[in-house]
Amino acid sequence: MATDAFISETVMITGHGGDEIEAYAARPLDESPRGGVVVIHHMPGYDAGTKEITRNFAFHGYNAVMPNLYWREAPGASPDDAAAESRARGGVPDDRFVGDAEGAMNYLKNLSNSNGKVAIIGYCSGGRHAWLANGNLPFDGAIVCYGAFINGETPEGFPPREDLRHLASTMHGPILGLFGNDDVYPTPEQVDALEAVLGDAGKPYEFHRYDGAGHAFFCVERTAYRPEAAVDGWAKIWAFLDTTIGG
Amino acid sequence: MCTYQTEFLEVTGSGKGPASWLRVTHAQVYVDHPVHAMAGHTLNIDLRNPAEGPAARVAIELHPTAARELAEAILRSLDAVPDAVLAAG
Repeated sequence: MATDAFISETVMITGHGGDEIEAYAARPLDESPRGGVVVIHHMPGYDAGTKEITRNFAFHGYNAVMPNLYWREAPGASPDDAAAESRARGGVPDDRFVGDAEGAMNYLKNLSNSNGKVAIIGYCSGGRHAWLANGNLPFDGAIVCYGAFINGETPEGFPPREDLRHLASTMHGPILGLFGNDDVYPTPEQVDALEAVLGDAGKPYEFHRYDGAGHAFFCVERTAYRPEAAVDGWAKIWAFLDTTIGG
Repeated sequence: MCTYQTEFLEVTGSGKGPASWLRVTHAQVYVDHPVHAMAGHTLNIDLRNPAEGPAARVAIELHPTAARELAEAILRSLDAVPDAVLAAG
């Protein structure tokens, strides 16, 4: 299913409130039907590393798109400047994010080679976003990579984030969770609590937790990178996507 | 993790960005993932001029120890100068 023949480019998609926002798309060029993946960037922004991840999904045979969640605050700015601008304005509101995720899902479903199935993946703050999207929108699968502040108390002095455990009962697609046991946001206990609510809700999920890995273990450009966990995590991702949106 | 925690303050002064000097009017200080520094988390400072757009920014990412040493050096430097000098502007 992997292909070398794909195009990656900047596109405009219709996001929350009908706003046109920038997105980075990577699409195999042939017309055989294939699933789509919405990629949610981490808090540092719509950056080169997350664009590389988006292209990796195309290389593996999926249509992929990453919406620029900071487009409204900082159109055309460099990713780090846009992230700083977003921080100055209090970050991305949850309802606006859900609208943008829906726009990205619709973009993928409307591609001529779509098989009609779309999953979502997010890293770090994007992991929380993937959970949020799958609880609100008809995704066929969601991949949560060490999502912080999905549940649990936000530390004193931190802007509070809504506890999203209640969305377990409205999850649409199955959930793949990938976590490091050395992480502190989320802690292993918070991951336990997420598993518990999914189990209580009777929702399909699989969680994998890695010893010797903490937050951001997939990130090849950071000291947090843990190749053993990342390589195994990618294998879990490909298997999950094959089951949920492949074919 | 992405901490979200941020200290905001208004400032008066100038900073040098990639292209030229710019007046800075706002600062934000936070511990979070760096863009460039080789560390999981750093003390980050953005000196900004929002009126001139997102790119009007001088950014610093420091290891926590270095950040404390810098903060203490700033205070020592200020304390070493007679108040009258500072008041003179």
